[in-house]
Amino acid sequence: MSDSSLRGRSLRGRSLQGSRAFLGLVKRDLVLAFRTPGQTLNPVAFYLMVASLFPLGIAPEKELLSQLAGGIVWIGALLAVLLSLDSLFRSDQEDGSLDQLLLSPHPLPLLVLAKMSAHWLTTGVALIVMAPLLALMLHLPTQAFPALMLSLLLGTPLMSLAGGIGAALTVRVQRGGILLTLLSLPLYIPVLIFGTGAVQSAVEGMPYSGHLLWIAALLMLGLCLAPLAIAASLRIVAD
Amino acid sequence: MNWTFFHKLGSPKWFYEISGKWLPWLAILAALLMATGLIWGLMFTPPDYLQGNSYRIIFLHVPTAFLASAIYVMMASAGVVTLVWKMKLADMALKCCAPIGASFCLLALISGAIWGKPTWGTWWVWDARLTSMLILLFLYMGVIALRGAIRNVNTAAKACAILTLVGVVNIPIIKFSVQWWNTLHQGATLKLTEKPSMAPEMLWPLLISIAAFYLFFTVVLILRLRTEILDRERRTKWVHKIVLTRLGN
Repeated sequence: MSDSSLRGRSLRGRSLQGSRAFLGLVKRDLVLAFRTPGQTLNPVAFYLMVASLFPLGIAPEKELLSQLAGGIVWIGALLAVLLSLDSLFRSDQEDGSLDQLLLSPHPLPLLVLAKMSAHWLTTGVALIVMAPLLALMLHLPTQAFPALMLSLLLGTPLMSLAGGIGAALTVRVQRGGILLTLLSLPLYIPVLIFGTGAVQSAVEGMPYSGHLLWIAALLMLGLCLAPLAIAASLRIVAD
Repeated sequence: MNWTFFHKLGSPKWFYEISGKWLPWLAILAALLMATGLIWGLMFTPPDYLQGNSYRIIFLHVPTAFLASAIYVMMASAGVVTLVWKMKLADMALKCCAPIGASFCLLALISGAIWGKPTWGTWWVWDARLTSMLILLFLYMGVIALRGAIRNVNTAAKACAILTLVGVVNIPIIKFSVQWWNTLHQGATLKLTEKPSMAPEMLWPLLISIAAFYLFFTVVLILRLRTEILDRERRTKWVHKIVLTRLGN
């Protein structure tokens, strides 16, 4: 067998291992999430409560609420993601599996992407599934439902990725929760602006694809750069 | 080309010595320019045909807003240097820039609000430029808070460098916000590539006060950096020597 074909095979073998490690990590995190359903359900319950505070706190009138609904659902989702981020790396750090990830021969950004995917599957998807119910409770006009769902579909993974950077930087900080909030919220504001902008345009019966394309562009940027930044942050704070 | 000068700048000791010589001259120049720009701008320029005298806050607002984003870009460059070449001085600069940048950002927001009241009839609007400047202030606060939360100096240095680099995404948003979203904030007055849209008798004091604020920033940064250098190098002989001679006097 020639040298180059051997190298080709070993390279292929490594990338196969990489994808296996990726899927393995996603599966592990999903299993962990399903075994401790409280951790997954808490952000969703929080989401529901935040959204129901608005009608109680402002006014239960239908016209007012239908104006505010898009923003309320988005802010609720944002806070719920933020709440769930604190435990993203912390439990791994506590039981030592974070150090195992750092020591693993697989590229760390890939593993980080796996963790972020699992995080989105357990929180982001749950928030998206809950969104129509909240929108209905808050009298969001039906023509805005597609815009709300699509903007959340693009926006929640971006919030996981951007917040992951803050979570990684604060993983070894004692009581880093409030610091995590301070670091992550500025990164969330652009997503929030475009997300609520899309819903608002749809409520007014105007085209909203421009806003969605902006979130999609930011998501692409986040998918490319955030795993690198998270991996670098994890290595730095592990020193 | 001889690069020794540039390389020496990376050494805290050399920087401490040379900046001590620069500092008085820079301070004098900054004070002179600041006085010229502000007195000329605030007292001798003609009132604007549209905004009357209220536009005069431009001589404070534009330089601070310029600096608020310029300092962030500078911090990000220092962050790259910290991560790639691991220069101590770059991290010290990053640390010292953060509170100065935050102050300029706050000053730009406040002077903008004061300007907004007579011209727009409101202190604050959720306009794209204003909101992105507010995010910049939050980013500065995040960097300062992260620095405070991590004990280990080296870890804090790298973590802050990463956070600063992530926040750079916001800078083009601030820059182009007035073009992308056609909202209340007026477009750019000064452009490098085009002829300025201002009358020269207003433009000159503005340019002078921008230069003055940049110099003022440099002076404040050097003062902070010198303290930081003495603090971090406190175990070295040359710092002991300086302290001893100071105490002797």
